[in-house]
Amino acid sequence: MEIKLTVNGVTRSDEVEPRLLLIHYLRETLDLRAANIGCDTTSCGACTVLLDGESVKSCTVLAVQANGRSVTTAEGLVAADGTMSAVQQAFRENHGLQCGFCTPGMVMASTSLLAENPHPSEQEVREGLEGNFCRCTGYHNIVRSVLAAAEKLSEGSGQTEAEVLGVDEAVAALPDAGVPGAAVGGAGRQSA
Amino acid sequence: MIPAAFDYEVAESPAHAVSLLAEHGEDAKLLAGGHSLLPMMKVRLAQPAVLVDIARLTELSGIRLEGDEVVIGATTRHAEVAGSSLLRAEAPILAHAAAQVGDPQIRHRGTIGGSLAHADPAADLPMTLLALGGSVEITGPSGARVVGADDFFVGPFESALQPDELLTAVRVPRGGSVRWGYQKFVRRANDWAIVGVAVFDGRVALASMGGTPLRASATEEALRSGASIEDAAALAADGTSPGYDFHADAEYRAHLARVLTRRALEGKTG
Repeated sequence: MEIKLTVNGVTRSDEVEPRLLLIHYLRETLDLRAANIGCDTTSCGACTVLLDGESVKSCTVLAVQANGRSVTTAEGLVAADGTMSAVQQAFRENHGLQCGFCTPGMVMASTSLLAENPHPSEQEVREGLEGNFCRCTGYHNIVRSVLAAAEKLSEGSGQTEAEVLGVDEAVAALPDAGVPGAAVGGAGRQSA
Repeated sequence: MIPAAFDYEVAESPAHAVSLLAEHGEDAKLLAGGHSLLPMMKVRLAQPAVLVDIARLTELSGIRLEGDEVVIGATTRHAEVAGSSLLRAEAPILAHAAAQVGDPQIRHRGTIGGSLAHADPAADLPMTLLALGGSVEITGPSGARVVGADDFFVGPFESALQPDELLTAVRVPRGGSVRWGYQKFVRRANDWAIVGVAVFDGRVALASMGGTPLRASATEEALRSGASIEDAAALAADGTSPGYDFHADAEYRAHLARVLTRRALEGKTG
């Protein structure tokens, strides 16, 4: 069936088999290779991307379930001029990675976590990342990175939170697609 | 791992979903968040010929008060249940239980109706619905019916829901001031309970102590007779039939049930 969705701010339209998983759509159809396939069983979080601004494990989402929605991968967090998002920068500055395999998923899960909870405690960061495994066990620096990103975001650099986070959920709704998003996905979606 | 091929239908209304189920029979499965179904399809434990997507039916989602009950739409996601200020005030054990399901990514996708329909005896929400004495609303070709939690779970991964029926909503009693407790023993983050216990208003429900979530009947009876928490909790494994696996044998599970029941009866969460 034909799906139409926004990926990293760009509108896509593709004919897909219903059984095609979102991770395979991203990696193979769109050649976006940041999200990794780790366990392939909804456990490790290496395939984490944002769906309408919220972290999901793309090995357990069908591409057809993303029809009409907005998907953000780690590639999409980088601004057009190559500037990394606050979370990405914090991972770099705090050595929040060892082999790097889990990193794109960690960054996306952290981005979603900070959109929902901009001022997490260390414990909240650890619990917020319980769906992401680092088999190098480099968790201390990962947690440090997320806390550093939270601190940077709360400094108020003049950018909107969405710009710093690199989240582009609102892009699909904007007439001028490609402009960094003006709203943070996820934050308003939690209340029932 | 890639699921077997299937046809994909998007339901436009609950009635449309029911008619699609009637049309395709037992070969069809409902898809909401897909976080129980898709993993089973990926390992080919499930190979439905047709998936009927109900995730976009807004009339099946949401949380509201109705008399002395809170009604939660079937496709309401765990994150929404966990974060609901209404549920935190009116049925805090349910919000707490939803926050224990999987991990944040899973809670962004998985739904309360999907979890209950999956009827995993080790899962958080079936046990919690049983403790709450809640019920589920079901719609099928012959109309709507309400099934109480005590009658809903009939076997491992088997509920009273028929293949042509749609679970539309979950009803739980309002009880913001009722004493409750919740214990989930796991060895790893985002795992299922090796043993779980949910306590609400003298009702004690166990996870992973048999083929369905179970009431700890002997404990409940002892409490009604005025037994101490410690004495009542000592009976928690009576009448249960826990299995064994890599993590725990039956005797260890029975021990955990007694210890965790005592903690849950003391109002502890963990």
